[in-house]
Amino acid sequence: MASVSVPGDAVRGGLLRRPRSTVGFWSWVTTVDHKRIGILYGVTAFLFFLVGGIEALFIRLQLAQPDGRILSPSTYNEFFTMHGLTMIFLVVMPLSAAFFNYLIPLMIGARDVAFPRLNAFSYWLFLFAGLFIYSSFALGGAPNGGWFGYAPLSTVEPGHNMLFYSTGLLMAGIASTVSAVNLAVTIINMRAPGMTMFRMPVFIWMALVVQFLLAFSLPIITVGLFEALFDRRFGTHFFDPAAGGDPVLWQHLFWLFGHPEVYILILPAMGIVSEILPVFARKPLFGYQFVVFSGIAIGFIGFGVWAHHMFATGLGPVANTAFGISTMIIAIPTGVKIFNWLGTIWRGDIRFTTPMLFALGFIAQFVVGGLSGVTHAVVPADYQQTDTYYIVAHFHYVLFAGAIFGLFGGMYYWWPKIFGRILNERVGKIQFWIMAVGANLTFGPMHILGLEGMPRRIQTYTPALGLGMWNLVATIGAFTIAVGVLIFIVNAVASFRRPKDAPADPWDARTLEWTIPSPPPPHNFDEIPVVHALDDFWHRKYAETEEGTLVPVPAGGSGTEPPAGSGHGSGHAIHMPSPSYYPAVAALGFPLIGYGVIFHWWMAVVGAVVVLAGLYGWALEPSAE
Amino acid sequence: MRRITRLAVGVGALAVVAAACAPNNHQDSLHPQGPYAQKIDTLFTPVFWIAAAIFFVVEGLLVAFAIRYRHRKGRQQAPPQIHGNSRLEIGWTILPALILVGVAIPTVSTIYDLARTPTGNVLNVNVVGHQWWWEFDYPDQQIVTANELHIPVGEPVYLSLCAAGVGYDGVPAPNECQPGPPKGAPPSAVGDDVIHSFWVPELAGKQDVVPGRTNHLVLQADRPGTYTGQCAEFCGLSHAYMRFKVIAQTPQDFDAWVRAQQADAVAPAPGSLAATGMNEFLNGQCIACHAIRGLEVNGQPLTANGGPNLTHLMSRSCFRGCTMPITKANLEAWLHDPQAVEAGSWMQLNPKLTQDQIDALVAFLMTLR
Amino acid sequence: METVQHVYESEHEATSTGLPNTKLAMWIFLASDCLLFGALITTYVLYRGSSLVGPYPKDVFDIPYTSVSSFVLLASSLTMVLALAAIQRGDLGRMRVWLLATAMLGMTFVGGQVYEFTTFYREGLKLSTNLFGTTFYVLTGFHGTHVAIGILMLLSLVAMSFTGKITQRESMTVELVGLYWHFVDIVWIVIFTVVYLIPTGK
Repeated sequence: MASVSVPGDAVRGGLLRRPRSTVGFWSWVTTVDHKRIGILYGVTAFLFFLVGGIEALFIRLQLAQPDGRILSPSTYNEFFTMHGLTMIFLVVMPLSAAFFNYLIPLMIGARDVAFPRLNAFSYWLFLFAGLFIYSSFALGGAPNGGWFGYAPLSTVEPGHNMLFYSTGLLMAGIASTVSAVNLAVTIINMRAPGMTMFRMPVFIWMALVVQFLLAFSLPIITVGLFEALFDRRFGTHFFDPAAGGDPVLWQHLFWLFGHPEVYILILPAMGIVSEILPVFARKPLFGYQFVVFSGIAIGFIGFGVWAHHMFATGLGPVANTAFGISTMIIAIPTGVKIFNWLGTIWRGDIRFTTPMLFALGFIAQFVVGGLSGVTHAVVPADYQQTDTYYIVAHFHYVLFAGAIFGLFGGMYYWWPKIFGRILNERVGKIQFWIMAVGANLTFGPMHILGLEGMPRRIQTYTPALGLGMWNLVATIGAFTIAVGVLIFIVNAVASFRRPKDAPADPWDARTLEWTIPSPPPPHNFDEIPVVHALDDFWHRKYAETEEGTLVPVPAGGSGTEPPAGSGHGSGHAIHMPSPSYYPAVAALGFPLIGYGVIFHWWMAVVGAVVVLAGLYGWALEPSAE
Repeated sequence: MRRITRLAVGVGALAVVAAACAPNNHQDSLHPQGPYAQKIDTLFTPVFWIAAAIFFVVEGLLVAFAIRYRHRKGRQQAPPQIHGNSRLEIGWTILPALILVGVAIPTVSTIYDLARTPTGNVLNVNVVGHQWWWEFDYPDQQIVTANELHIPVGEPVYLSLCAAGVGYDGVPAPNECQPGPPKGAPPSAVGDDVIHSFWVPELAGKQDVVPGRTNHLVLQADRPGTYTGQCAEFCGLSHAYMRFKVIAQTPQDFDAWVRAQQADAVAPAPGSLAATGMNEFLNGQCIACHAIRGLEVNGQPLTANGGPNLTHLMSRSCFRGCTMPITKANLEAWLHDPQAVEAGSWMQLNPKLTQDQIDALVAFLMTLR
Repeated sequence: METVQHVYESEHEATSTGLPNTKLAMWIFLASDCLLFGALITTYVLYRGSSLVGPYPKDVFDIPYTSVSSFVLLASSLTMVLALAAIQRGDLGRMRVWLLATAMLGMTFVGGQVYEFTTFYREGLKLSTNLFGTTFYVLTGFHGTHVAIGILMLLSLVAMSFTGKITQRESMTVELVGLYWHFVDIVWIVIFTVVYLIPTGK
């Protein structure tokens, strides 16, 4: 008899009674199930992806020709700022969070994360932070100082725009910090018996590194954002040169966060690629330990390269040399990963499913971005490259053609597990090729544009520069990408019209999430698995002979159904943590505080009271019973 | 598949060549026109080709493996379950490290080379970044101008870069912009300027202009010509319009330019429209921000306070961040409503000028050669 | 008969490291908070001596006074330890006493800081006066806020202790609040040393 999850019964009445329903709208608002929270993150992030994409299309329309007139300077500045903020904080980070949330417990053999309500709180605070920042469009103007918000422009520019920037990012930062603690504890402390650290999937390793990057980098930008906020609101002088302050201090604080941030953005996708390649090459990941160590090394060294964003700021030859060298050093573990991925498909039996195409596309395109990154480390060359479209090309290759491709690969790969349906393969392949062509058309020419004199963040450019053609090509590429994204939406929506008939292990994969039904029951595993090796599930299915070939294990179970009549499942009820209102309530207080800081102080007081009420309710409600 | 690969390589190479052979737009970092830009190019070019080679090798392997090891129909047997190879790992860690060491050595050498203060015959210029125009002051020649940086060919030009507003009182000291108000002075409430970046790609890499600091940049032109540049650090509404020209001249032409710039403005003939304009200028809002050498108000010379020096306005080819030619029509439009021409401009006319005032002022301005 | 597997019940649940989840979480959070204070202290140190106008530190600091209030905060760490020891012995009453003592000492510290800041303010040092005012008030303000949150948690613990949620066996919340409190105390030692004790010449 299969096990049953039972949400907690009400013990007390009134405000502290825990909600009970598992269906309907409110069940999503009160959910503490990591799988549902993962889906919430994913859907929300995808919607923000569409918004950020539309902003990009407007930017490209404006820049398609010299002396463009589609967007005024003021609107342009808001659009490019919001495009950056959206894609980084409201798309790539939460999409990664979606995969972390959904998969971490499944891949380590746990039933949920360490702190389920805290998990919900992180999601709600992320959502509210995103809505809060976007509300600025209607409340005086969106942030317009660039996503990097350099002082003193950010502190002297009139209007509330950059106040939304500081307060909104502070909120998002709290959400991510709290989530980082949660997921770090989950990975470190809640692994199934037998799953030592070096039997964890690479995706989990990358997730762990990311949580520490978040926990240690976010506080630094938190301080920077408070300092900028105080300069605007309370007349402090942190970045005020007239009082002896130094605008470059903002840059240091920002990039001390900002550089680890880019590894936060890329490591999850690298983890996904490391999971996909072995499955569709039918070979283990080449050099598992080296891939893991490289990820850890990137995490550490990532804290030592920040001033490579500041080579033209006037730090002096000593600093420029030091950071140039540290930036070159970080290329080494990055290269190690790429070579190990190549080693994985070498002599493999490669099936070009859509996830595999995205994973291979990630590698191909990330190499371009990585190589242009190495040219930035050649400091004097960076004196020409920095603040030009050459840089825009670099980071879009790694973040769009890299991370986003990796994340799409993850979506195709895990869609059957999450939703019980497989996305259409033919449509997926069309999407992949259209997006690949689009990405290269958009960002390839930007290398040329940058070297030929086009700075960043300009609302328009003069015809005398002769840069109209490549700009037009880039615009065409951007719309091509948009077509690809539309195709994905069609594919996704169509998949929900099909019955939920995906098997537990459609891809013949290697990790634990494929041992349970698609979609998984709320309690994930009927029995917590005992792990004996890396890729434990694979080894239950296949044994390796001495020559290194595979033979299927006779009675090992294909993993499509939980073992019948095993007797372990019967008679057990597994109490999963109960749903709760309070995480959402606590999160709701934060945008109120934000509005209070910007507009009327009493709103901040109300917001603080709401937060406290949420926290106390959370602490006092009956625990999962 | 192989044909596609060859085609892709061909297209890629064509694009690169096309890029390098773009019509000269005077702002192309791939067309260095002086030794400092050349040093960068000399470093970048081989690194680019090394990166290109690595690109072809890695992508080639990727494509080759994808083709060679694709699943063939009917194959049942699983591939060899290779877990890794320590020697390869060491190899492909050490080899890139060696390549990087090879790249790092000339990199560091060039960093220090470019950071060296030039000696010998050096022209000192203070570059002041304003929202959204460039001021150029020649301390040794006592010249203050805007939008066009004139330099002699063959001589290093040592730029001191500072942002406006913070204690920069327009009195340049050799090699230094003043980085802050005098000690003991209360913090300034006047709008401080923001970070800009000075970039003229054909002559040098870029260097930021940071309020409160003095940065330095050296450039030099090999041949006479006009090299364009623009602000490369996002600085607000009209960042895209903050451009400038570097005009490299033969030493004789440069000396002539200096002498002309050092001359005082000549007052227009009394009774002319231009003379009316001059009176408008001296008695109105203009002198709050603009200086003209040789003119006085109440026995005091005019001191600039935020706006470009207009003494030799008509000797320049452009204004408004060097995005507009100086024509009668453009000057009229500007004086009519600077905010309409340039969003957020610091030049705010209150009250607005009447058409008569504008006509007179434009007539006066056009005498300032 | 149905047996019920409870998930995430108590601090005694088995974990991969043996450390309870909540304790591990608190340690990671405190590590993260180190970087917060690190950035604030760094800002202070970078701007030390850079104020263009006074008042300067030596004009306003009263080291003996601040030493006393520092000692008060240090003593509160001792009472916190005693509170935890009490509940680990099962002595709920004593725990309440020591928790209240910790809270009172904390409030004394905060009160002392409020008095100190109002004095500085009267002597002409505001947030917007100069870099010293800017960096000093923000750094010590963040610390004071941490202390205030700690006091709130201490008082909440005392209140919770009347609901039966804290027992000899289930004393993790006390331990966690203790960890947080000691962290806040250690940060103060660093701030006191760097800001007050290290002479600057101004």
